[in-house]
This record gives sequence, C-alpha cells and structure tokens, in this order.
Amino acid sequence: MSNPLRGEVIRLYKNLLYLGREYPKGNAYFRERLKTAFMKNKDVTDPEKIRKLIDRGEFVIKELEALYFLRKYRAMKKRYYEPDH
Amino acid sequence: MTGRVLVGVKRVIDYAVKIRVKPDHSGVVTDGVKHSMNPFCEIAVEEAVKLKEKKLIKEVVAISCGPQQVQETIRTALAMGADRGIHVEVSGKDYENLGPLQVSKILAALAKKEEASLVILGKQAIDDDCNQTGQMTAALLDWPQGTFASEVAVEGDKVKIVREIDGGLETIKVNMPAVVTADLRLNTPRYATLPNIMKAKKKKIANVKPQDLGVDLTSRVEVVRVDEPPQRQAGMKVETVDDLVGKLKEAGRI
Repeated sequence: MSNPLRGEVIRLYKNLLYLGREYPKGNAYFRERLKTAFMKNKDVTDPEKIRKLIDRGEFVIKELEALYFLRKYRAMKKRYYEPDH
Repeated sequence: MTGRVLVGVKRVIDYAVKIRVKPDHSGVVTDGVKHSMNPFCEIAVEEAVKLKEKKLIKEVVAISCGPQQVQETIRTALAMGADRGIHVEVSGKDYENLGPLQVSKILAALAKKEEASLVILGKQAIDDDCNQTGQMTAALLDWPQGTFASEVAVEGDKVKIVREIDGGLETIKVNMPAVVTADLRLNTPRYATLPNIMKAKKKKIANVKPQDLGVDLTSRVEVVRVDEPPQRQAGMKVETVDDLVGKLKEAGRI
C-alpha cells in the first residue's frame, strides 16, 4: 500500500509547484514538465522506489533554490559592484 | 538589553522584471508587475534569524511600510524565521512620496517603542537605490551605525562589524543598540519554501498607523520626471585592425 507515501508525494508536488513560480523559463514551462515527470511514475507501487523518487524530488528542490540564489546574487553583483570586486 | 532585533523589509519590483517607464514619465509601471522582497532586505532578515539561531538575540521583528500588499513581504520574512511582523499602514499619495526620511522616522519611533537592541536593514533598495534609510535611522536615534556590513558578530553588549569599503574591508566595534545595513556578501538568504510559509501563517502581524507613532510623512522631495536610460547604439563589425583604427579616427576617438 503506497497510501502513507501518497501524502508525501502530493506535498512534494505542491512544494515544487510553488518553487516553479520563479523559474527563469516561466511558470507554464515548469508546470508542464513537472506534471509530465510525476505522471511518468504514477504507476510505481514499490515503497522503496517511491521513496527514492521522493528523495530525487527533494534534491531537485535544493537545486532550484541554489539556481535562484546564484541567479539573484550574480545579477546584484553585476549591477552594484565593479567588475573585479 | 531586550535582545530584540528589528528588520526593515521593503516590497519592490522583482529584480528580474524588465522595468518600463510610464508614458507620462511620472514614474515606473507597477500595476500587474511582479513584486518581491528587496534582495538586500532578504540578506538583512537572514542575518537577524542567524543571530537568533545562535541564541545571541531573542526575537526578530519584521517591519514594512506601505499598503495592504506589503503584508506579503512581511509574511516572507516570517517564513524565513522572523517571530512577528509590524505593518505600518501607508497608502495612496503618502505611499508614493514615502522615502528614506519618512521610513527612518518610522523605524526610529518603533525602535524606541520596541526597545530594540539592533536594527538591521538592507543597504539600499533596488528601486530607488537611495542607500539612506539605515544612516538616517541611526542619526535620528543617535545610535552608532555599521553600514555595508559583510560580517556581523555580537560580542556581549558590543557588535563587531566588517564593512565593505572602497579599497578593502574596515572592521569596527560599536556599542549596542546600533543600526546595521547589510551588503551582498553578508550571508546566503534561505528560500521561503511553501511549508515555511504555511507555518508562518500562525505568526502575528500587528497594524500600526504612522500618526500613532507621531511621525509626519510630508516629503521634501518631488519626483519631476522619470526617463529610460539612452538606448545603446548598435555596434559595428570591422574586418581588420586597420579598419578598426580608421573607424576610431573617424569618430574622433584617437
């Protein structure tokens, strides 16, 4: 029964959806690919495999946070500081 | 020392948005445009939350001045770890004319009222680039200030601040209470994820009016005109070095 994990998967989806609002290529682009990625695995039943996929999702969240931070940092640095500073 | 830190956060047009000037040149288009917390204010909030996590201070209060929408910005600060928020209600013409002088008067009044030990602000806002609010707040309170901070260390009742200045770094030690303004390299702000935003809904945001603080919002500055920067001229491609020299001579550059 993957029911206990169902809640986690839905929570992961919602968190990723929220993060997608700031995606550089646009929210629509992100949402499409997010849905496709989750739908691709909708028939997985093995709890071990589901856990691994959830962990991969958490990893993507960390990557997006890093992307957003670097993008903002580099933009600020370019706008406010001399080239070699 | 109450161990209370006030952090000022400003709602600005998102840094990634392409700014458009209004056709009447009275300002910039803000309707329907994405807004978010000023990047330097995010760094200020992060520093305050870090100090609380290190147990050097007890409470972080996030403050913003403006209309109803600034509550979003305060909520982001709460999601990052601030304990409670204060929304200073300013709208309409007053909000259009709100500048560093008025905001610093408000922050000074609140710092006294809340008996704050530290006021942390971003060094400047990316919309007006004033870089004045922190300095004015410190002057109004007659508190020491550590601006352009790239490192902040609380040591007892003093703060050691490393400042980014032209030509390098300056380390100063000031007595608390003090005002600090955050520079880019102070820290890496955490992202306000959905679970954190949900948890922050339980935290309180108090509403305050500038009149209650005895602050006069009249502005002594009037924006006369807003223009876009001049368009960049298209570049030219040349075939040889001699061509380049020729073109530069033509343009009177050499």
